[in-house]
Amino acid sequence: MKFSSNTRKIWGVLLFLSIVTAIEVGLGITKPAVLTGNYLLGMKLLNWIFIVLTLVKAYYIAWDFMHLRDEKSSLRRAVVWTPIFLVSYLIFILLFEADYIYNVWKDGFVKWNF
Amino acid sequence: MKASYGKLMMWFFIVSDALTFSGFLAAYGFSRFKFIETWPIADEVFTHVPFFHGNYPMYYVAFMTFILIMSSVTMVLAVDAGHRMMKNKVILYMFLTIIGGLIFVGSQAWEWATFIRGDYGAVETKGGRILQFVNADTGERAALADFAAEIPAERAQHERKSGIWYTSESALPTYSLEEVTEGLMANPNILIRTEQITEEGEKTLLTRTETLEKIKDAQIVVEGANLVRNEYGSRLFADFFFFITGFHGFHVFSGVVINIIIFFNVILGTYERRGHYEMVEKVGLYWHFVDLVWVFVFTFFYLV
Repeated sequence: MKFSSNTRKIWGVLLFLSIVTAIEVGLGITKPAVLTGNYLLGMKLLNWIFIVLTLVKAYYIAWDFMHLRDEKSSLRRAVVWTPIFLVSYLIFILLFEADYIYNVWKDGFVKWNF
Repeated sequence: MKASYGKLMMWFFIVSDALTFSGFLAAYGFSRFKFIETWPIADEVFTHVPFFHGNYPMYYVAFMTFILIMSSVTMVLAVDAGHRMMKNKVILYMFLTIIGGLIFVGSQAWEWATFIRGDYGAVETKGGRILQFVNADTGERAALADFAAEIPAERAQHERKSGIWYTSESALPTYSLEEVTEGLMANPNILIRTEQITEEGEKTLLTRTETLEKIKDAQIVVEGANLVRNEYGSRLFADFFFFITGFHGFHVFSGVVINIIIFFNVILGTYERRGHYEMVEKVGLYWHFVDLVWVFVFTFFYLV
C-alpha cells in the first residue's frame, strides 16, 4: 500500500480541526439567538450546526489521521457504512421512543415533577 | 482488502468499540429527550479551570480537546516517520503522544474531582428533583455556605466503629436541611431555581413567595455528585457523565499504556529489525479512534 508522506498536510488538518473546535466553543458560549430560536426537525439550529461540524471533524480524523483515504475502498466501506447504518437505526428508534415517553409523562395523569 | 491480519483485526475492534460508545451516547440521547425540559445545562456545570477562580464555561474542555487532537497529530507524525524508517523521529513523536495522553487523563481526573466535589450545593425534593439557589441581587448562583444558618446539632455520621459493625452511612452534607431552610427564611434575597427550562433556554427562577412555598418540599441536602444523586439536576446526568467520560478515560489510559510499550519496543529497535513499523501504525489507529470518540463525547455531552 502506498502512503503519501505529507507532513504539511497533517499540520493543515490540525489547524482545520482546531479552528472548527474554536468555532464550536465560541458558538457554545455566545449562543446566538438566531440559532437557538429557530428549529429544524424539532432541534435547535445551533445543535444541528454542532452535529454537522462534529461529523466534519470525524471525517478528517478518519480519512487523514487513520489513513482511510489510503486504504482500499472495500475496507473503507466495510468500516464506515456498518456503524453508520447501525447507529442511525439505533438513534432513530431511541429518540422517537424517548420523545414518546416525554409526551406520555407530560400529558399523563401521573405526577413526577414535584 | 489488501491489509495485514493485525491491522484488519484492529479495525474490527475499532468498529465494535465504536458501536459500544454509540450505545452509550444513544442512551444518553434517549434520557435527554425523555427529560428534555428538565435536563441540566452543561455550560452551567462545567465552568471550572484549574488555578483560576470564576465562571469559565467550556474553556477547559476545549483545552482538553485540543490536547487530544494535538497528540493525535504527533501520533500520525510518528506513523509517517515509521514509514520512512526514521527511528529517532518515531521515538520523539511517540514520546510527545504519551505526554499528551497523560495531560488528557490528568485533566479528566481533575474534572471528575471537581464534578464530585460540586460547588454550590442544592436540595432535593420528595420527587427527586433538584432545587438550586440564586442570589436575587446579583442573579448569580448562591452557594449553601453563603446563606445557611448555623444551628448546633447532635447529628453525627454513623460509622461502623460506633454501632453495629456491618452498618454505616455515607458522609453527611456540610449543612443540614434545617440550617438551609432557616438560612433561606432569614435571607430575603435568596430565590430557588428549579430544573424546569423556560422558553429562553434557562432554568426557571421562582419568586420569593414561591420559593418559601417550594422549600417545604425539600427532603435532603445534596452536595456534589455520586451515582445516586447530584446537585446539578437529573440523577441520570451524573450517571452518564461518569459512565461515558469514565469509559473514554479508561480507553485513553489503556492507549497510553500501549503507547508506552510500543515506545520502548521502538527504542529497543524491535521494528527496525523487523523491517517495518506497522505496529506503530496499529496503535496509532487505536489512538486516533480514542480522539474520534472524544470529538463526539465533547459535542453531545458538553455542547449540545
